Amino acid sequence: MARLDIDFCGIRSPNPFWLASAPPTDKAYNVERAFEAGWGGVVWKTLAEAGPPVVNVSGPRYGALLAVDRSLIGFNNIELITDRELETNLAEITAVKRRWPGRAVVVSVMVPCKEESWQAILPRVEDTGCDGIELNFGCPHGMSERGMGSAVGQVPEYIQMVTAWCKRYTRLPVIVKLTPNVTDIRSPARAAKAGGADAVSLINTVNSIMGVDPDTLRMSPDVGGKGTHGGYCGPAVRPIALHMVAEIARDPETAGLPISGIGGIGSWRDALEFIALGAGCVQVCTAAMVYGFKIVQEMVSGLATYLDAKGLESVEALRGRALPSVTEWRYLDLNRISKAVINQDLCIQCGRCHIACEDTAHQAITAQRDGRRHFEVKEEECVGCNLCVNVCPVPGCITLRELAPGEIDRRTGQAVSGTALDWTQHPNNPLRSGA
Amino acid sequence: MSEPHRADIRPGRLPPQTYAAHFADHVAPLTEAQALLEASRCLYCFDAPCMQACPTRIDVPSFIRRIAEGNARGAAESILESNPLGGSCARDCPTEVLCEQVCVRNTQQGQPVAIGRLQRFAVDALMASAEPQIFTRAAASGRRVAVLGAGPAGLACAHALAREGHEVALFDAKPKAGGLNEYGVAAYKVAGGFAQREVAWLLAIGGITLHSGWRLASAAQLEALRREYDAVFLGVGLASTHQLGVPGEALEGVVDAVEFIGALRQAADPGTLPVGRRVVVIGGGMTAIDAGVQSKLLGAEAVTIAYRRGPQHMRASRHEQELALTRGVGILHWLAPVEVLGEGGSARAVRFARQRLEGERLVPTGEELVLEADMVLKAIGQRLDGRVLAECGFALRDGRIATDACGRTSIANVWAGGDCIAGGQDLTVEAVAHGLRAARAIDRLLRGERSRPEQ
Repeated sequence: MARLDIDFCGIRSPNPFWLASAPPTDKAYNVERAFEAGWGGVVWKTLAEAGPPVVNVSGPRYGALLAVDRSLIGFNNIELITDRELETNLAEITAVKRRWPGRAVVVSVMVPCKEESWQAILPRVEDTGCDGIELNFGCPHGMSERGMGSAVGQVPEYIQMVTAWCKRYTRLPVIVKLTPNVTDIRSPARAAKAGGADAVSLINTVNSIMGVDPDTLRMSPDVGGKGTHGGYCGPAVRPIALHMVAEIARDPETAGLPISGIGGIGSWRDALEFIALGAGCVQVCTAAMVYGFKIVQEMVSGLATYLDAKGLESVEALRGRALPSVTEWRYLDLNRISKAVINQDLCIQCGRCHIACEDTAHQAITAQRDGRRHFEVKEEECVGCNLCVNVCPVPGCITLRELAPGEIDRRTGQAVSGTALDWTQHPNNPLRSGA
Repeated sequence: MSEPHRADIRPGRLPPQTYAAHFADHVAPLTEAQALLEASRCLYCFDAPCMQACPTRIDVPSFIRRIAEGNARGAAESILESNPLGGSCARDCPTEVLCEQVCVRNTQQGQPVAIGRLQRFAVDALMASAEPQIFTRAAASGRRVAVLGAGPAGLACAHALAREGHEVALFDAKPKAGGLNEYGVAAYKVAGGFAQREVAWLLAIGGITLHSGWRLASAAQLEALRREYDAVFLGVGLASTHQLGVPGEALEGVVDAVEFIGALRQAADPGTLPVGRRVVVIGGGMTAIDAGVQSKLLGAEAVTIAYRRGPQHMRASRHEQELALTRGVGILHWLAPVEVLGEGGSARAVRFARQRLEGERLVPTGEELVLEADMVLKAIGQRLDGRVLAECGFALRDGRIATDACGRTSIANVWAGGDCIAGGQDLTVEAVAHGLRAARAIDRLLRGERSRPEQ
């Protein structure tokens, strides 16, 4: 049996599935239920400095992008950090950690960008016996208007400065949570590393407006007639998160920095993708908010089964395994030729491949043969773009076949080369090496 | 000695409260949530086979996508633009042999998109809305057309011509318009008075005057209409039914299935309708199924449909046959009626000869079967009353009016469509298509004539 337990920047956890800092980890009641269900760890919902707690709206805090069957595609929220007293949270964290010593309890913190604020809160957090702290530099709504959250996370210098303060005032591992609302995710990650961060976690939520109510012509969700942008998460953001995780994992300046992957993870397959692109653990929120805490059992089962089937003995053995496949466009082999193939036995004759190709791509799929409805690839037109594969409703019906070296590409009339040729070497590139 | 036979035919066989449920929609309307989910199954096929399979070429992918996008009104608009009787077609079309038969989801999932039910959802939503009229009538053309028969063909033709600004006089022999939708289709298919709501919606376009209780009974009538109107359309259906032509046909309890269904459709309370304890239906088409199922729903104890050929030869679709079987109606095949047996002037049984196919020919096997019956429903097909039409001078083919591809008859400026013309399949949706194609041709003719004096 593969081992699912992990050591993430010194934080041990029986499995790589943590609940992200969010409503599900707001208080002891929820976290206890999460641990009972089997979550390996939690990041406690963000604490603020002592004093009057923040106030949340008591109207809609969440909005969702739903498919026709009402399965959830994307989710957004305008909830702020914890609205409970600091003392209450600290007491509950202490009690929970004492009862669940084998689970990871990380505490998310967000205080103003002043050294004394961090100096004041960190020892108190450390006193709870928790395993680490996460710096909330990601929250894009509400708190950012007050100079915190993503307002810090968008300025690499601030990230480095605050991270360094934290390393000064606590001996706990410091995880820096990054906002995706930046142009290049590598800059904040490098800043975190320069400040001494033990790890980064990403992505936090994406600035978003969920929609406009067609009847009232107000943005939605709205609170008493007005709304504000919220943080977008859920399955729709996963590809964005995967890219950002991979960028940090393969950046020479941050290589080796532990990454906690976040963003639309709802199944073991999603987790696998993050881990294979370099994440050492994953954090989940939206899926738990849709299905409840029990889903972790399905994730654990799926990941364990997969690792066993692959002959991988641990999560660590999977980590980063897909990274070598990620590169820049200029290194892609321009000599590789693929052609779409339609399996006529599986084809249900819907014609979506034809019309997609005919209207928007390369006119490479027939609509008829001998006067009858028939969809077949015209290899002399096909560039292997994969559009037909993606629009076909039948799994496995259309596939891309890679031409073997020496085979004639009927589109160009040329034989397929057996050697690789990327843009850096391509004769059409005036800046090619050796040109 | 056995008891003397007393035919057991009477109304009110069931507790009064059961009838409403029995004759309500046999296919429940989709809820909005169901419609959205079902609509999401449509793949929006290229050159969609379902559209090709529809005689009125309803753009099925378009209307279904509009439903999925929350635009039921736009969906109804798309449907009714192609087929103004989209509401009744959604109810009584044999979709299982038309659009839904060719749905590609059959191949993939063994289950087509429920096109008929989605169509009903969209049209019903429009009809129930505050502004159900989506079409406006063009400026009056001053041209007048007589439409004979206010069934699906005539209504479609009248509506299309009225839209173009022509004035239509719509004649029908029955007290109400609607044709088979009102008088001939099983009550549970077009429940809740939909046929009349649809007629009202169609007539609300304006420019159509309905003359009910008017029957084409002489060539002189047609001549008068041809003189008075710029064009004439005949959508008179099949007014007569075939007879069994066997002894005992005149016995009490031997009833024409079309009349039986018509009476049921017009009954305010089905419980007042007499039905036999044991019913034998003779025939193999939709009428036989509708009559058999409705007999059962009225409380008949044992209902048997007897058909002279095999299941594969029945004009009723497989789906319809299954409907009958699941409602507790038995179907027996290869039985030709020989005699209706009676006692005291009433039918008590039907004697059948068993048959088999010898090559293409049906031959008796020599065996016989007697089915006891209090009521015998004849559903062996309808036919055109050709006498008046022949007298009018119409060329006939296979006992029906011969037309060209536009529905033009052998008589100048007279078109025809629906069940009364040759070469059709006797479907509502086909009748609508006939009415519309004739309307297009008539409109072209009237425009052509109108432009001539201006030259």
